[in-house]
Amino acid sequence: MSLSKHLELTGVSIEFPTPKGPFKALDNVNLKIEKGEFVSLIGHSGCGKSTVLNIVAGLHKATTGGVVLEGKEVDEPGPERAVVFQNHSLLPWLSAYENVELAVKQVFKGQKSRAEMKSWIEHNLELVHMTHAMHKRPDEISGGMKQRVGIARALAMEPQVLLMDEPFGALDALTRAHLQDSLMEIQKDLNNTVIMITHDVDEAVLLSDRIVMMTNGPAATVGEILKVELPRPRDRIALADDPQYNHYRHEVLSFLYEKQRKVEDIDQHRTVKKVEEAAVELPKKRAHG
Amino acid sequence: MSSIRMTLAGVSSIAGVKSNDTMSSWLKRSARALGLPLLGLVVFLMIWQAGAKQIHTSLGEFPGPSQVYQQTLSLIADHNAERARESDFYDRQEKRNAERIAKDPSYEAKIREYTGKPTFFDQIGTSLVTVLAGFFIAGLIAIPLGICIGLNGALYSALNPIIQLFKPVSPLAWLPLVTMVVSAVYVTPDPLFAKSFLTSLFTVSLCCLWPTLINTAVGVSAVSPDLQNVSKVLRLSWGTHVVKIVLPSSVPMIFTGLRLSLGIAWMVLIAAEMLAQNPGLGKFVWDEFQNGSSDSLGRIMVAVLVIGLIGFLLDRIMLLLQRAFSWDKKAITR
Ligand SMILES: Nc1ncnc2c1ncn2[C@@H]1O[C@H](COP(=O)(O)OP(=O)(O)OP(=O)(O)O)[C@@H](O)[C@H]1O
Ligand SMILES: [Mg+2]
Repeated sequence: MSLSKHLELTGVSIEFPTPKGPFKALDNVNLKIEKGEFVSLIGHSGCGKSTVLNIVAGLHKATTGGVVLEGKEVDEPGPERAVVFQNHSLLPWLSAYENVELAVKQVFKGQKSRAEMKSWIEHNLELVHMTHAMHKRPDEISGGMKQRVGIARALAMEPQVLLMDEPFGALDALTRAHLQDSLMEIQKDLNNTVIMITHDVDEAVLLSDRIVMMTNGPAATVGEILKVELPRPRDRIALADDPQYNHYRHEVLSFLYEKQRKVEDIDQHRTVKKVEEAAVELPKKRAHG
Repeated sequence: MSSIRMTLAGVSSIAGVKSNDTMSSWLKRSARALGLPLLGLVVFLMIWQAGAKQIHTSLGEFPGPSQVYQQTLSLIADHNAERARESDFYDRQEKRNAERIAKDPSYEAKIREYTGKPTFFDQIGTSLVTVLAGFFIAGLIAIPLGICIGLNGALYSALNPIIQLFKPVSPLAWLPLVTMVVSAVYVTPDPLFAKSFLTSLFTVSLCCLWPTLINTAVGVSAVSPDLQNVSKVLRLSWGTHVVKIVLPSSVPMIFTGLRLSLGIAWMVLIAAEMLAQNPGLGKFVWDEFQNGSSDSLGRIMVAVLVIGLIGFLLDRIMLLLQRAFSWDKKAITR
């Protein structure tokens, strides 16, 4: 047991039942993650990133293989694997504070006093700079603020693993940069294990210790893993001219756009050959859409 | 009455004027808010007046706006006269009793109830009490049942055909059954409620509980999968899940159902009162129809307008409640 890692995905495959028979979304995904590591999942849309995350979260069950966290098999969702959902998923009838409170009350029931809970909730909203609007409802705050509350809610559960599904996907560049910086700070302080899905190559290189690049679906699996050995704290402006940083970027880009080129995503008129590939791929896609 | 409402709307738009608004744009807006409905009303009154003159019934000309106005005044006068008679009656009775007691101290005073004919306004009161009680009972049944059905897919499948079968049944079909059942079951020497009241009440409840039931069930069963995932990740217990996630998220749907139900309840009640001769506005209309005096049509028209106005006010009240208690302000349109 002592040899096993903090979080391990072993031979994870999943088949979704569809009207046209089972659809194999993931095939033999293997991944070992250390405590406190920041791992990004990157890959083309629809390859199965969310599915991987949901399996770790326990929201989906792997058809074969499984996930082990700290020597215990993951078989149901739980607060020790907090999820930041792609679309924030705040309860619309509760204020930011109450949304975090729901999680804190559930996780620290009988462990923290009322006063302790209150200050813990406020502390977590403070981390994402949301103290000023903590009594507002989700429909009264901006998309970026909602996302921040979602992050605060996840952090407040003190999870062993923080799972984030494109947490900054819908945000403008400025807010996104700001939240990325906060996330790096928070992760440095708390030393959580983080798995983050992203579509953004810069984001992946800036934040991650390792970038897991997934092959295209169906039956997607881990294509390559890139270790990012940039010293922390990382500064986005300084890194912009850093050859090492640009090398990593290049690696990821070439994986995505050369090795795992997704025909529909790129100009289809470039060569006849690609159009033919598309003709083969498209019917397949539609069948599983 | 609708002109009162429009004046109110006008006042609130005056209150809403901001200093940076130019006068002309404010005028334009208030002309829209006030002028167009007013114009619509005037045109309607003109057509009504002109059209009414063309229709000759066995009871005389169809009532136009002016007759309706006169009949409203006469109904108010009737009501006041009836109240005066009633208080006279009690005064006389008290006096008589006092005299008897003065003569013979051992005399036990009898208090007799005044038994006058209910006026138009008494009938309004009766109808309002009945509709609210019927609606309340319907909600009391429909919301909990809707929650159960929404939470339990098997129960939903089991009950859905029954719901779909009973939902379109007209109140007139229920009424004889309800009347017979009430007569058979409700036999007490000293009834707290009149049988006619109970008949109207249950008919209203039976007819109006369906929209609340269905909307509640749909609201409860259609909790967004994202929120369900939140609940799973937090490992909320079943009870907490229902209380913290399912119920709040279905509140907007429940209110939509309640609003529909109240509208139906009011319509059903008038029909039931007419058919069963149960006290209320429906009976008033029916009595006037049977009465067949030259005033009758005018009075019925007053009743029609009052029925419409009350229905409208009930809906507004529900809307205000919905605004106050529902988190989803966007779902409330009009
Ligand atoms: N519940 C399901 N039933 C059937 N197929 C599913 C289900 N969930 C996902 N899939 C399929 O599995 C594949 C992977 O989906 P997934 O949501 O994991 O992709 P993704 O990489 O997260 O995409 P994106 O980047 O667009 O979010 C897709 O082809 C999708 O159609
Ligand atoms: Mg996804």
